[in-house]
Amino acid sequence: MMGLLRGRLGTAAGFTLGALLLLGVAPAVLPVFSLGLLGKFLCFAIVAVGIGLAWGRGGMLTLGQGVFFGLGAYIMAMHMKLADASLFGGSGVPDFMSLYGSGEVPGWWEPFRSPVVTLLAVVLIPGLVALVLGLAVFKRRVKGAYFAILSQALAAAFAVFLIGQQATTGGSNGLSGFRSFFGFDLKDPNNKVMLYLIAAVVLLLSIALARQLMHSRFGELLVAVRDQEERVRFLGYDPATIKTVTYVVAAVLAGIAGALFVPLVGIISPADVGVIPSIAFLIGVAIGGRATLLGPVLGAVSVAAAQSALSSTFPSFWVYFQGLLFILVIGFMPGGLASLPSLIGRRGKFRTAASTPALPVAPAPASPAALLKPEEEAAMPEEARR
Amino acid sequence: MELLIGQMFAGLSLGSVLLLAALGLSLTFGQMGVINMAHGEFMMAGAYTAFVVQQAIADAGVSLLVSIPAGFLVGGVLGLVLEAVLLRRMYHRPLDTLLVTFGVALVLQQAARDIFGAPSVDVRAPAWLQGNIEVLGAPIPLTRLFILALSLLCLAGLVLLLRGTPLGRRIRAVVLNRDLAETSGISTRRSDQLTFFIGSGLAGVAGVAVTLIGSTSPYLGTSYIVDAFLVVVAGGIGQVKGAVIAAFALGVLQSVFEYSTTASIGKVLILIVIVVFLQLRPQGIFSLKTRSLA
Repeated sequence: MMGLLRGRLGTAAGFTLGALLLLGVAPAVLPVFSLGLLGKFLCFAIVAVGIGLAWGRGGMLTLGQGVFFGLGAYIMAMHMKLADASLFGGSGVPDFMSLYGSGEVPGWWEPFRSPVVTLLAVVLIPGLVALVLGLAVFKRRVKGAYFAILSQALAAAFAVFLIGQQATTGGSNGLSGFRSFFGFDLKDPNNKVMLYLIAAVVLLLSIALARQLMHSRFGELLVAVRDQEERVRFLGYDPATIKTVTYVVAAVLAGIAGALFVPLVGIISPADVGVIPSIAFLIGVAIGGRATLLGPVLGAVSVAAAQSALSSTFPSFWVYFQGLLFILVIGFMPGGLASLPSLIGRRGKFRTAASTPALPVAPAPASPAALLKPEEEAAMPEEARR
Repeated sequence: MELLIGQMFAGLSLGSVLLLAALGLSLTFGQMGVINMAHGEFMMAGAYTAFVVQQAIADAGVSLLVSIPAGFLVGGVLGLVLEAVLLRRMYHRPLDTLLVTFGVALVLQQAARDIFGAPSVDVRAPAWLQGNIEVLGAPIPLTRLFILALSLLCLAGLVLLLRGTPLGRRIRAVVLNRDLAETSGISTRRSDQLTFFIGSGLAGVAGVAVTLIGSTSPYLGTSYIVDAFLVVVAGGIGQVKGAVIAAFALGVLQSVFEYSTTASIGKVLILIVIVVFLQLRPQGIFSLKTRSLA
């Protein structure tokens, strides 16, 4: 299927096909319950698009996407809690606060009463956090393993922080029991379908954004930074800026996904945002092909579907399976499923690619930059400068 | 005064646990660049070793003394297998080793749940480690003093090994310049295996040690791994003395923060301190001086 998508026309056709499937076929054939489940998978896919950009294209192993996902989710959850409290309770104070806390809404919750502020914050707060962290880390040329470990520590600290603040964040129970979404009743099946459609549209938009970024000059620079950061710096570009921008885009996508996750799933808790869920976001991306456009999306949806099918009936088996997926895919097939055709068809070629220190990238049709040899790579930014 | 000494000791004690957990990491991470997320699970394996040994040997004192070398062996063998089966084909992809070993960690965790059950188990501390001694009026638990002594002993052993034996000289040579070491006739393959054996063995010892201060559950590893990595990062990769300073500094800071705020805000503050510190010294407290740009 990937081979057919070559060229601009093919991309447009593929995009239309995807849109038809997600927006037309799925709502027509699937019952409302499955649609909600699919909507949840699509949220993970939106996160995966961002990880594909940052990790697959930019080489930044971000183990803390759960933080941005959680920020978006908690902001949305806080708004929905406050809105429910004024709509149904009358007092304006969310139920769990009178249970565990003083019964008063803390000051930093108040801004999220406003729907406009909430929607802005869902985008801006994850973006700002990523901007500050990205500048602090990348400008000082902290990279590779150091960055990975710091981002992981961020996820750990975020989860610990949420659990500790029982009275204001719901602690380890998280926030749940929502009844309305911007005034729409969450029990109404029509509104559930609407939520799914919003998630599908956001996913399509984020895929389009990722495609444009990958095919722009910026996208080529990003790959160049991944493979030879020093050369890019010597050519007069600032790798820190390129990495920070990508990191912010990935964070904003994760934040939006989190905000959609809450009304679709109905709960957000520290168990969805800590170290383990943050790493778990990566496996789908790796299976699909981390450096490709659609690989992360398809991988994330399949892993989420497999998890929801298997983990409730065989919980023990699922964990072994997940562990083995990490071991087999990352250890033996780093290009993901997207690299299978080239693994079978052009074994020799793949081997030479794998023996270079750079990451063996799936030769996706959408990634001419990823296939560049070092000389061409170095030449590319020069070309861009003309 | 008592409060101050109590706090200082709590910090040192936390630091000694961190040091035990991080010593092995600073070896494997420092020499091979392998980010072993399963290191925490090797600790867990060491802790369960102590539990199993105690089932066999009823006397808590003898079983503790048997558990320490047994834990080292269990951790070390797990490390050897991991290195031989998976990691040695991945040395050119250091970041990917993190994800592969995370998969290994998931499998080991689930295996522990299936073998020992999800609820935590307890290892009895020997009678001679129960109770406190008073230092300037502050009560100091003997178990924590034992862990502090054990971690200093492991540190001394490691330094002696690295500085004073031919094996250690070979290991240091490989850290400094792998290619040159190889052309000088050092088998980097064997050096890698031994380093991994020792590093993972130290995780096993750390696991035995923490059974004295808490119960053992399949999740034991996850609670230490992130902090242990932060110690290595802040100390400077591959630097034993950096890891020592970082471990005790983080231990003391964390207990001060947790005392003056709450445990959860303390965690966040620690992370901020480390990010700010890396602004000043991006390579950690000590860094290898090389001419490479990376």
